[in-house]
Amino acid sequence: MDFLIFQVPMLTLQATLDGILLGILFALIAYGMALQWGVMNIINIAQGDLVILGGYIAYFMYLWGIHPAWGVIVSPFIMYFVGVGIYKLVINKVVDRDLFISILATFGISILFMQLMNFAFGADVVLANSGYGTTMLFDNSVTLPNSKIFSAFISIVFAIGLVVYMKKSKLGRAIRATAQNARAAKILGVDTEKVYAATFGINAALCGVAGALISITFTIHPYMGLPYTIRSFMIVIVAGLGNLPGVAMSGMGLGVFEEFADYILGTEFRIGSVFLLLVLILVYRRFKLSRKREYLK
Amino acid sequence: MKINKIILSFISAIALLLSTSVTSFAKVVGDKIILGSAISLTGKYSSNGVHTQNGYNMAVDRINSMGGVKVGGKTYKFEIIYYDDESNPKRAAQLAERLISQDGVEFMLGPYSSGLTKAIAPVTEKYGVPMVEANGASRSLFTKGYKYLFAVLAPANLYLDVAIDLAVEKNGGKPVKIAQAFEQDAFSQDVRLGILEAAERTGSKIIIDDKLPKELNDMAATLAKVKAVKPDVLVVSGHTKGALTAIRQIAEMKVDVPMLAMTHCDAAKLSKQHGKNSEYALCASQWHKTLSYKDKFFGNGMKYAADFEKEFKYDPPYQAAESSAALLVFKDAFERANSFDKKKVRDALAATNMQTFYGNIKFAPGGQNVDKPMVLFQVMCNADGSKCENKVVAPTKWASAKLIHPIPSWSKR
Repeated sequence: MDFLIFQVPMLTLQATLDGILLGILFALIAYGMALQWGVMNIINIAQGDLVILGGYIAYFMYLWGIHPAWGVIVSPFIMYFVGVGIYKLVINKVVDRDLFISILATFGISILFMQLMNFAFGADVVLANSGYGTTMLFDNSVTLPNSKIFSAFISIVFAIGLVVYMKKSKLGRAIRATAQNARAAKILGVDTEKVYAATFGINAALCGVAGALISITFTIHPYMGLPYTIRSFMIVIVAGLGNLPGVAMSGMGLGVFEEFADYILGTEFRIGSVFLLLVLILVYRRFKLSRKREYLK
Repeated sequence: MKINKIILSFISAIALLLSTSVTSFAKVVGDKIILGSAISLTGKYSSNGVHTQNGYNMAVDRINSMGGVKVGGKTYKFEIIYYDDESNPKRAAQLAERLISQDGVEFMLGPYSSGLTKAIAPVTEKYGVPMVEANGASRSLFTKGYKYLFAVLAPANLYLDVAIDLAVEKNGGKPVKIAQAFEQDAFSQDVRLGILEAAERTGSKIIIDDKLPKELNDMAATLAKVKAVKPDVLVVSGHTKGALTAIRQIAEMKVDVPMLAMTHCDAAKLSKQHGKNSEYALCASQWHKTLSYKDKFFGNGMKYAADFEKEFKYDPPYQAAESSAALLVFKDAFERANSFDKKKVRDALAATNMQTFYGNIKFAPGGQNVDKPMVLFQVMCNADGSKCENKVVAPTKWASAKLIHPIPSWSKR
């Protein structure tokens, strides 16, 4: 029974496609995290909660009779300012401290957001219906919800847009310069304070897009943020900072891994297997690093 | 330094004063019977916690305005002290302790959810405080030998076994193939046990047995398996998120299954959130407003629903109805005991045998209500899906509509 997936070849295809579509969405969230981590050296534990908040924006648009797909435009816009707000209130006080302080700070923000969302929106599980229908392949044996395809497509559009923006625009160049060497950038006239605020805002905006997509494809709930934080953390760890194709690949890899874990080990181990993989990768990385250190000695 | 000391002694004096005034809140003050309840007003159970509280309050107002409780020739009124347990079992246990030992409460109403009831029951048991609860259905609550715990609702293992019987019946009495997916929490696992027993009883085979994680929002893998193996009935229980996720993905993946049985459709506002996609889903419910039970306080289910709607502006889910029933049980027990002695009230509760608008209530030695069957309703929509209704289809005695079986395939919907 457990290995049904290997007996029915279409299921393998289904799992792979589901995983890839899901992974692209994860990669978008992870991209925001990588950006922030690279530029400001901050690991944002509240990443998942920003995603959920973005989802609620799309959900409320849906409630007011606007098609939730517009959420992918409205939600990042609002979330950008939320991000900048958080930066001004909290993050700018911890940005040049060590990593531990910033983890604590964002952890606090995460708890605060969870409770605030619960307080403001209630504890109900909600979703926004896109009414997009389904694509069927191979005589109805592989089904792909159009909402998932839409999510993956939008994620790719935003990721490419951001890459271009970082390459071409003035702010993008300033962000990259700050990431390389904040002090040098400051000496050369880059307003690093502004750059940091913008980076945090851009990350929040990406979370907003992802959140809107999640409310269309899955469900949202005030306490559902943490798994998204963990996943994006993991994707970034595997890919390394500043390695954009790596983030995309490891995102999709994680998506497929999750789907297969679901089929083979059972749904209850789905998120557990992600955590396990994270531990394995960290151990492996440490092992590799320690060998390098010995070599240096 | 000196000022600090003065302030400190001042504060402790005030604290002492407050604590003594709190203690004077005894079980019965003047003409008031004080009940205590820790309830989830914030945290993840807050929406159902509020339903529970609304149910309690509605019954308190109704009983008080209709003559109150008569004990020893004197009329008393109900009053409830609430504390917010933040949906946290540890906090709930602390609050129960506080209600009993500080506030002097001697009669408790239950919290929302099996998990929190499990946390509170040992405390009420320790102090010998009778607790009537309306929202903890987990079977493990009733196997611990608790003497002071009484639940007005049917235990969790009875939620969906009716559905299996129904599927077998529709299959011409032959065993069926069952696919099931349950969240890993006390309640859903009890529902699962009920299904296992029903499967054994009918000789049916369980061909998919998935467990769902707490953070569930994607069950595509389970559904793809269901699509591949074609069971006769699919059973899903994972609170509101399970119900919502299942319906969304069944519709998106066009999973054809002759029967779909679930829990928590009410709480998930299934037909409101999903419209026509939720049609034909079978849902387990403790109560439905069309059932013909009666009592003199609320009349019948329809009247209760109308009054509730007037007061709280939404249709009462069964969580509210069963909470109201808990108060009726307390009133009845007080009057029969004709005393406020905890032991006597406990014995009167144990001997309860009454009908309320919510159903018949009679407690087994374990404390669960054995006189009220679960009902199954099916979501039925009009042609364009603009209006969906829940119609009771089983057991036959209460049915207000005929079960639609098998569910039409997606290509024809």
